[in-house]
Amino acid sequence: MEYFLTEEQQMIVDTAREITNEKIIPVRAELDENNQFPREILEDIAKADLFSIFVPEEYGGFGGGCFDIALAMEELSRGCVGVATSFAASALGIFPVLIAGSEELKEQYLPSIASGERWAAFGLTEANAGSDASGIQTTAVLDGDEWVLNGTKQWITNGGEAEIYTIVALTDPQKGARGASIFVVEDGDPGFSYGKKEDKMGIRSSATRELILKDCRIPKNRLVGRKGTGFITVMKTLDISRPGIAALGIGLAQAALDEAVVYSKQRVQFGKPIVSFQAVQHMLADMAIQLEAGRALVYAAARHIDNNPKNMSKASSMCKVFATDMAMKVTTDAVQVLGGYGYMKEYPVEKMMRDAKILQIYEGTNQIQRNVVGQELNKEYS
Amino acid sequence: MNIVVCIKQVPDAKDVRLDPETNTLAREGVESIMNPYDRHALEEAVQLKEEHGGCVTAVTMGPPQAENVLREALACGADKGLLVSDRAFAGADTWATSYTLAKAIESLGEIDLTLCGKQAIDGDTAQVGPGVACRLGVPFVTCVQKTRASSPDSITVERMMDDGYDLVRLPLPALLTVVKDINEPRVASLKGKMKAKKAVIPMVSAADIQAAPENIGLGGSPTKVVRVFSPEARGDRQIFTGTVEEQVDQLVQQLKAHL
Repeated sequence: MEYFLTEEQQMIVDTAREITNEKIIPVRAELDENNQFPREILEDIAKADLFSIFVPEEYGGFGGGCFDIALAMEELSRGCVGVATSFAASALGIFPVLIAGSEELKEQYLPSIASGERWAAFGLTEANAGSDASGIQTTAVLDGDEWVLNGTKQWITNGGEAEIYTIVALTDPQKGARGASIFVVEDGDPGFSYGKKEDKMGIRSSATRELILKDCRIPKNRLVGRKGTGFITVMKTLDISRPGIAALGIGLAQAALDEAVVYSKQRVQFGKPIVSFQAVQHMLADMAIQLEAGRALVYAAARHIDNNPKNMSKASSMCKVFATDMAMKVTTDAVQVLGGYGYMKEYPVEKMMRDAKILQIYEGTNQIQRNVVGQELNKEYS
Repeated sequence: MNIVVCIKQVPDAKDVRLDPETNTLAREGVESIMNPYDRHALEEAVQLKEEHGGCVTAVTMGPPQAENVLREALACGADKGLLVSDRAFAGADTWATSYTLAKAIESLGEIDLTLCGKQAIDGDTAQVGPGVACRLGVPFVTCVQKTRASSPDSITVERMMDDGYDLVRLPLPALLTVVKDINEPRVASLKGKMKAKKAVIPMVSAADIQAAPENIGLGGSPTKVVRVFSPEARGDRQIFTGTVEEQVDQLVQQLKAHL
């Protein structure tokens, strides 16, 4: 369907598509097999200026919005959700600085993020703080001109690979969520180290690692926004980032549909290509229908958010749920269309199905997203 | 270092058809792309510029729509483009094309290095690069697979051979034709595309580059294509089996039988 992209948006799509076709697709199976971080591809993505999309022009960026990022993510995820996740995580990691950071912090970090010289990561999740993010235990205490951070962050995308980390820590533990603040921690800061590297079911090329803060001392000016406003910034960050994750579902589902249709035209059973059987056609049709509905919702939500509405949470959560549940369904059906071949690693759809699962889990589980939609409905009708 | 990259717009190899009437490639309705070898020449030029400074100019001879390939070159890091376009250039063979490109390059002033792809994927002659060098009167090396070292007055390169490579040092100015192994071309950046979109690309005619009318286009082309055809597939292949000695014996017998 025609979505009437601007010339600039079409350039983003074309650039990301070239990266996907030339740099990602040829190596994705190998990266998956070896659990290998796609450093070279991310460098290519940087050279193509895609990391600059989400950075304002005054800091050397492209000045794009949520929709522009979503377009890039959709194309990259058509190649590999692991690579696209590594890209997305850098955006997620720097959003708190963009949203709430001081001018000084923006000048310090945004230009190198825009050029792709440094990557970012977002440190929120902990062992006891997943869906209930208010359960975080990492603390930050001001000691003279330095903040001292203690705690362990878990499952952090780009952990050990990024140079810039936005860490959520409690500055006032008695106040719970209202006592949280965000800090920028850099690779190499004293007391900052990396722990366990995870071995995952899917998105295996992305790095997922523990961050260990042990009397980690950072300069006072690395506090992002005002003390105690961390959770508000986290929520705003996730509102803006979720359409990007939804877009990963769109790109992935598109890739799975492409594989399924091409295969069904080639595979002959009972003397005919299987695409000529209505049972297969209906599966493919349902995949395409769901995919296009998902794309339309993601694009609409992203455009809605770019208009800076008062409430963006509902649209953001709705598109995340729909697009990622759809991606799980479509990739599962793609494996079904390819039958036994689909289950084998020689074909790309089994990886797609494994990669799809995380989309329903990370950046807020789809159950939490439904909570958000439900709560918003409750407010709207009160 | 001032570098010129010669670029050709060619029909996408995925869709090649011959026009039996004119004995040329059917170009109507076929998507045009930058000759793949030329992408590598361009990338090498941009990398040399990044190392030494200077200016990369992409030059193409072709119809007005060949401007697209120059915009693509600008997006991939070239600083300037030059479109060499004139109805009088039409029908040029490699001889006339080499002459025309050399005249265009001379019109650009002092050039240290000219880079070309090894060959174009449509004509596949691999003659234009060396032809341009001869017209310019500069030394050249074909099939360069690596730039080993470069300085303002010389360049050291590896020339790909069947078994290994030759190491060659050339004084500048010089011309190189490159193979795909030389580098991995970058994807055009967003900023590059923005710049390319806005760029004004100068177009020069035969008169502008002082090309002699008798040396250009169809009239200036000694090559006459008599017939173009797809070779018929030969069906009489035979596979010998057995030990190597037995296979050789069978081959010798067959060869003798056909003498």
